[in-house]
Amino acid sequence: MIQKRNPIDLLFSVITAGASFMVILLVIGIFAVLMKESSLSIERFGFIKFIITNEWNPVTEVFGAAASIFGTMVTTAIALMIAIPIAIGIAIFVTEIAPDFMKGPIGAAIELLAAIPSIIYGMWGLFTLAPIMSKYIEPQLQKYLGNIPLLGALFEGTPMGIDLLTASVILSIMIIPFTASISRDAFNLTPSVVKESAYAVGATQWEVVRDVVLPYSKMGVFGGIVLSLGRALGETMAVAFVLGNNHQITASLFNAAATITVTLANEFTEADKDVYLSSLFHLALVLFMMSFIVLAAAKFLLFKAERRSNV
Amino acid sequence: MAEIVDIEAKGLNFYYSGNVHAIKDVNISAYKKKVTALIGPSGCGKTTLLRCYNRMHDLYPKNRYEGEVIFEGRNILGKDIDIISLRSRIGMVFQKPTPFPMSVFDNIAYGLRLKGIKNRGELSERVEKALRNAAIWDEVFGKLNVSAYELSGGQQQRLCIARALAVEPEIILFDEPTSALDPISTGKIEELIVELKKNVTIIIVTHNMQQAARISDWTGFMMLGELIEFDKTEKMFTAPNEKLTEDYITGRFG
Repeated sequence: MIQKRNPIDLLFSVITAGASFMVILLVIGIFAVLMKESSLSIERFGFIKFIITNEWNPVTEVFGAAASIFGTMVTTAIALMIAIPIAIGIAIFVTEIAPDFMKGPIGAAIELLAAIPSIIYGMWGLFTLAPIMSKYIEPQLQKYLGNIPLLGALFEGTPMGIDLLTASVILSIMIIPFTASISRDAFNLTPSVVKESAYAVGATQWEVVRDVVLPYSKMGVFGGIVLSLGRALGETMAVAFVLGNNHQITASLFNAAATITVTLANEFTEADKDVYLSSLFHLALVLFMMSFIVLAAAKFLLFKAERRSNV
Repeated sequence: MAEIVDIEAKGLNFYYSGNVHAIKDVNISAYKKKVTALIGPSGCGKTTLLRCYNRMHDLYPKNRYEGEVIFEGRNILGKDIDIISLRSRIGMVFQKPTPFPMSVFDNIAYGLRLKGIKNRGELSERVEKALRNAAIWDEVFGKLNVSAYELSGGQQQRLCIARALAVEPEIILFDEPTSALDPISTGKIEELIVELKKNVTIIIVTHNMQQAARISDWTGFMMLGELIEFDKTEKMFTAPNEKLTEDYITGRFG
């Protein structure tokens, strides 16, 4: 005799489905709130004009996101430039070169680095890294690179240590573990028999990494980089300590600046006027969209990389 | 015709990860411009032996060789041997096709470029020669710039043979090169191997005893890491000296 469906089983399906749909609702809900709260600002300044306006003036009530977007993009870009080579180097060492007894400890160290709360990075940045940057590193950069045409403009002004460069270095340290561990996983997907084939025609270790492992895993590595990019875009606390929160767009990396997240963290408590508050929500909406696009791109690339390695 | 020894294992022992004794006191020669087949049941050590000849085991930690493999008058297991140049003298073709993630042309040119050949004309010439020798030129000459992944499995395997040939090695090691292929592709590879022995020495590991009988001149039968018998192929398959060999080739086990 055929029995009825077990009601506990049905309940189980409903609960798990509910939990899953809640996530989708939350994303939509957050987006809706951002849209609603920023409507005043969008109406007053226009969505596009808000993005390209440099001024951020609570007194005259003129708000534009350009300086914050600039700060976010510059710190993220420099952080990636520093982090990617180091992270890929770590991943190559761990997967291809390090003897077995070293792989465990290095892997654990990478994961610990990822587990440190960002506020601790911020404090370390303010009390340790910023003085080191202003005393030793930035004056040297100025001395050797400051006179080169165009490039020199990046290193103008007084090295204070509380600036774009220091914030970028902190960010890079924070994203190294992500990039390194995703790259490591991507490298491990390279079939060992293909690596052996390269060794079999007389390739050295470096040649195998360059010609086989990297091409094989480039999509995965790229996905890892984009995920790190997403993390760098959204990072607040570590950057807030060492960036100085100054709404300006300057060429020099030795200037204080603002990022979207830092602006939000610092200014919500001060937003006494409706349009000020609405503009902050508008700023949050811009960041939400940037992060969304970056994450979607990363997922797409990782998906493609996985499909290829299954062939 | 006198047989000239090309590569010779003497008292060869091999241990995986320090203690698994996979090759036990093996003495075997491969003769110049002959095909030597290694047969035996799964896990008998034939692939392990093959991978000793180009020191493939060195890629993994704690593997250990004992004894000697003599090639061109030197023990290639010695610490002073440059493994990179050894591997360009002794090529290898694997069980599954293993094209690199690059174009057909670049796959073949890869080993040549590693050797420092940059001249475009010389590269083209040698790539074409390798592809012709691997009997795949007619199928790919219009597709040299497409990804090697777009070829069929059998074509990819011949591409890998061409890649091994391009650096003009003395010996090519084949590790069950047809086990992943259909009968037609298998036939083409077998014909090719017979053709190749005009120029190179071949050592082939195979599960397929008919294949060993069809293409090899010499056959070694291995079991549990030991070389049970080694003789001319026609002798091995008609009147072997050892009972174990006879049982295996008549299909009584394995």
